[in-house]
Amino acid sequence: MALTEICRIIRNERIAEGVFDMRLESLEIAALASAGQFVHVACPGYTLRRPISVCSAGEGELRLVYEVRGRGTAALSKLLPGDTADILGPLGRGYPELSGHILAVGGGIGAPPMLGLAASADLASAVLGFRNAGKAILIPEFESICARLEVATDDGSLGYKGTVLPAAEKILSEENISAVCACGPKIMLKNLAALCAEKKVPLYVSLEERMGCGVGACLVCSVKIKTADGWKYERVCRDGPVFAAEEVCWDE
Amino acid sequence: MNKLEVEFAGVKFKNPVTVASGTFGFGEEYGEFYPLSELGGICVKGLTRHERQGNPPPRIAETPAGIINSVGLQNPGVEGFIARYLPELKKADTNIIANISGNTVEEYAEMAEMLSEAGVDMIEVNISCPNVKAGGLAFGTVPESAAEVTGAVKRAAKVPVMVKLSPNVRDIAEIARAVEAAGADAISLINTILAMRIDTATRRPILKNNTGGLSGPAVLPVAVRMVWQAAAAVKIPIMGMGGVSCGDDAVQMLLAGASLVSVGTACFADPFAPVKVRDGIAEYMEKYGVSRVGELTGAIILN
Repeated sequence: MALTEICRIIRNERIAEGVFDMRLESLEIAALASAGQFVHVACPGYTLRRPISVCSAGEGELRLVYEVRGRGTAALSKLLPGDTADILGPLGRGYPELSGHILAVGGGIGAPPMLGLAASADLASAVLGFRNAGKAILIPEFESICARLEVATDDGSLGYKGTVLPAAEKILSEENISAVCACGPKIMLKNLAALCAEKKVPLYVSLEERMGCGVGACLVCSVKIKTADGWKYERVCRDGPVFAAEEVCWDE
Repeated sequence: MNKLEVEFAGVKFKNPVTVASGTFGFGEEYGEFYPLSELGGICVKGLTRHERQGNPPPRIAETPAGIINSVGLQNPGVEGFIARYLPELKKADTNIIANISGNTVEEYAEMAEMLSEAGVDMIEVNISCPNVKAGGLAFGTVPESAAEVTGAVKRAAKVPVMVKLSPNVRDIAEIARAVEAAGADAISLINTILAMRIDTATRRPILKNNTGGLSGPAVLPVAVRMVWQAAAAVKIPIMGMGGVSCGDDAVQMLLAGASLVSVGTACFADPFAPVKVRDGIAEYMEKYGVSRVGELTGAIILN
């Protein structure tokens, strides 16, 4: 169930290059949201809302960690504590209920939803990948809740140099991982899908597509999903954003 | 009679606010926010004779005060709609308007017959979709072919027929007169305006389809002007749409000559937009002492 709520902003601070951490007072949406779901945020002066993953939700507070991608998110980043934001949510199908040791893999701005996911798991480890140290976010928070944490950067300025894959492979080999959950660039998700298929571990991925209504009515955020006799388009906003990796047509 | 009630092409609407085809799916999603009975009617997602997957994504791009889309008529086909969605929709106390697009004149007629029998309240003939290669807009830009489709649907349909016109034409009055002469019971306008947005970093259009249809507040003044021109050309009633986001926008449409309005893109910003538009019309009537909404239709005072 989704609803609209006018939420008072508690804080809205830059935490890395182009990345902002917004905390909102929310009595209703925060109580309903689960890991992997998103909210659709109105940006002052823009026609469309912007879909933003829920980083965490609890006790009357909703936390959104978002990247400034264009003018709408730039306008959002200008809002100050005490201002209000018009939030529609929680939306979409989040990660399924999973038990055991979960490996969370987040790439760039795909890291924030992994924090809520890791927090909701019985036992979690995480691999985070960023372009460079200046783009890295939420590392101490992941450290405090994860059994193991590995960080990779493209340029080696933080953690090891490279992609999230070698660390994910290492943890999959050394730990008894029951499922992998991931959010990040499509190429990262695709490579992870190949790895998890080889290791025979279920993988759930959160996908992204340019979105309109956010509730499933307008059919613009379509993604190709495998069927018994080929493929069909499903809606990222309603049928996803989380899909089982083996359902996704990766070569699109 | 309720002051918001409208008789339109022989169909009773409890209020003049409908939702535009393609922006409201088959009602399931927004029906979770408010009862669909709040609406005068629902123009359902555009249907084709057979299931279509539509265009590859990205299918949407934001533009100044609007959006462009290129969904390309993704839909379950007429039979899929009748079997899976219509039964639930019919339970809602509102008018169901089936929007149809055909590849051929015969397909349009066949769909009109199937949907009439299935019990929709009205048929909206889409001859103005800018996002499909065959059908759609190809029928809507030439008066003779617009008339041919209208005539064929009219002969096959057992419910009133409304023809949805494109703004991408030389002379809207000419097309409006052609479909009226061919027997249309009403017209709706405007469909989206053919548009493009380019990502300057990659030099590629944002939409995979390159072009799409512009909608939202940006098109409201164009739509009001075209409704006004069409209203001067025909006697059949008009459903006005294009950028309506609030009561004042809707009243402009009514004054220009529309009897009903349709809310589309505004739903994306606010799921409650159609209900707020209805309430806004009622407030306007209260403020200006209008006793029946029909009195506003065509009540523009020209300079």
